[in-house]
Amino acid sequence: MADLLDNLQLASLPPHTEAFRREVKHFLAQELPPTPADVRSRSWLAFDAEFSRKLGARGWVGVTLPKQYGGAELDAFSRFVLVEELLAVGAPVGAHWIADRQSGPLILKFGSDAQKARYLPGICRGEIFFCIGMSEPNSGSDLASVASRAVRTDKGWRLNGRKIWTTNGHKCDYTIALVRTSGSPADRHAGLSQFVVDLKLPGVTVRPIVDLTGDAHFSEMFFDDVELDPEALIGNEGDGWKQVNAELAFERSGPERLYSSIVLLDAWLGWLRESARFEQQLETVGRFAAHLATLRQLSVAITAKLAAGESPVVEAALVKDLGTEFEQAVPAIIEAAIGADPADPPGEELVRTLAYVSHMAPTFSLRGGTREILRGMIARGLGLR
Amino acid sequence: MFAEAISSILDHHCTPAAVRAIEGGASAQPLAAALADAGFLELLASEDHGGGGASWRDFFEVVLLCGGYAVPLPVAQTMATRLLTADPQGLPAGFITFAPALTRRADGFLQASQVPCAATASHVVGLVEGALLLLSIPQAHSAHSAIHGGLSASLCWPGDAGTVLQGGTAAAAFPYLGALLHAGLLAGAMKRCFDLTIGYANERVQFGKPIGKFQAVQHQLSVMAEHVAAARMASEAAFGIDALPTLPACAVAKARTSEAAQLVASIAHAVHGAIGVTEEYDLQLFTRRLHEWRLVHGSEAHWHRLLGRLVLESPHRLSVDFVRTVWEGAPA
Repeated sequence: MADLLDNLQLASLPPHTEAFRREVKHFLAQELPPTPADVRSRSWLAFDAEFSRKLGARGWVGVTLPKQYGGAELDAFSRFVLVEELLAVGAPVGAHWIADRQSGPLILKFGSDAQKARYLPGICRGEIFFCIGMSEPNSGSDLASVASRAVRTDKGWRLNGRKIWTTNGHKCDYTIALVRTSGSPADRHAGLSQFVVDLKLPGVTVRPIVDLTGDAHFSEMFFDDVELDPEALIGNEGDGWKQVNAELAFERSGPERLYSSIVLLDAWLGWLRESARFEQQLETVGRFAAHLATLRQLSVAITAKLAAGESPVVEAALVKDLGTEFEQAVPAIIEAAIGADPADPPGEELVRTLAYVSHMAPTFSLRGGTREILRGMIARGLGLR
Repeated sequence: MFAEAISSILDHHCTPAAVRAIEGGASAQPLAAALADAGFLELLASEDHGGGGASWRDFFEVVLLCGGYAVPLPVAQTMATRLLTADPQGLPAGFITFAPALTRRADGFLQASQVPCAATASHVVGLVEGALLLLSIPQAHSAHSAIHGGLSASLCWPGDAGTVLQGGTAAAAFPYLGALLHAGLLAGAMKRCFDLTIGYANERVQFGKPIGKFQAVQHQLSVMAEHVAAARMASEAAFGIDALPTLPACAVAKARTSEAAQLVASIAHAVHGAIGVTEEYDLQLFTRRLHEWRLVHGSEAHWHRLLGRLVLESPHRLSVDFVRTVWEGAPA
């Protein structure tokens, strides 16, 4: 099945995206106040409800969702351009990010008409925010081992369990939780279902987890006898695994899997340009550019598949693993380059940006599926499993 | 369509046994004649000039095949030479290779070092003092620069040798055209190494099961697949602009493929174990080329430096804007 490699075909962004890119650049120039690079480098983790509402008002949250739900009904290529421009400048997009990238498309694909009418317009206005309820304590990469459970009641469902590593969970309105509705963890993929859980419901507790940078982007969620109405179930009971995998293709395919270190890279290039020191770093700079240019083309190839209505699960895993390697190499190599001449230290802003990205870089190959899981998926795609 | 026709010729005339024989000194004439008689050398010449009028995308597929079959002739260079002169019909018959570096020595002689396929080509094109020169290989003083099986040589001519090529559509691109061609060749050879390695991993049994069932081996093959995919994308994108390739695109293509080549060769050999370095097993036909082609026309170290300068001197303050212009031509 070497076809996997033939599936990544050269594609380019269609011409209509050029005008759209100019519009987005103009918007960002108007709406984003000058912000230090160390703050901007938090980009898709940074929760800024006001910025998300401004984007929503412009029609740019849920850009691929149908107009009847308030979406802009743009194609996957336009979303690629929007996301690329937002990340390139380090815009604070964390509030609406998950809903735009995966919860919205998930509800559109698997949700009932009532669910679509209830959630999608608020998502598109940048007013209601979602987080992902997949990981659990001790489940880690073994996602199928989730133990949170919803049992049927007279009025709907009763949910018990815990979720963890939920990005911005303590600031969001809803989570889409993958939980067991039948059988036991030993049943693996069977018996899992997804529910929309309103995080204000009685029995829900969400606690932020402070990370090594002092930020609290992650959280853990506790569900104690949470009563859910029947409309909380998304799709069919027992289809949770199938739905989650479709969702993960969205989660793994976006430009945020290439651009997590991009603000740092540009801050460093800015410092190099200021003096003749760039002569010493030409090779490193060029290597970053060659990798980035290639990764971007691979990412456009994935986008073309999404635009064609395909679900490029394995291709996305391949590009994400390569992309993550690049994202992690940037702080590692810049740290060495900056430290190479102790007599020529950069300014505080660049140092703080480097520190932030270096400290968080280990998570780049964890979130959305660890490197080991992705490589296993690629091996399966190659016919080795 | 060009690709299908050329692969059927290569299936017949460019088997691993034929490649070995040519590398061992046998005549490349049957293969050369099959390619020339089918009109392939004129693939890129315009239809006005009796050529195939192929696009750069068509050409990419052909170059990829040349890499994938370890073709021991400078097929891609010979085709591209048709774009270096206003008079392609005036070019000599036979195969023409590119000199990665042509210099005039202190004694006035022309020196071309480590010319790929010098053993099977009849002519060399090189750039010296701003002029594209076509030089005859039989008239050169030649010294082998290759080890066992290699076809490259260092060549030297009297100072007045050669004829000047003028007016070709791609003449200005010559300094990086050789790099682009080798990026495509590398991508093709890497894919072949990958296919051989996957095949071997599925066949070779150790500890009671095929080694491809071991997670440690699977992860190596996944990484290999990633770099083969990146190499293919970088080279295809540089050819895929469907106009004359640009310097930054060729730089990315040669840099990314050259970097991947080292990694792909090393994983291929690691998975194959010792059989992979034997003369009798085909892998070496391709991994030897990966190393040769990584070096020729500049390794990633050369192209990274050049790209780095383009980035730092670019008016763009966002890397993303810079890399877009690599593929999209003029800065937006």
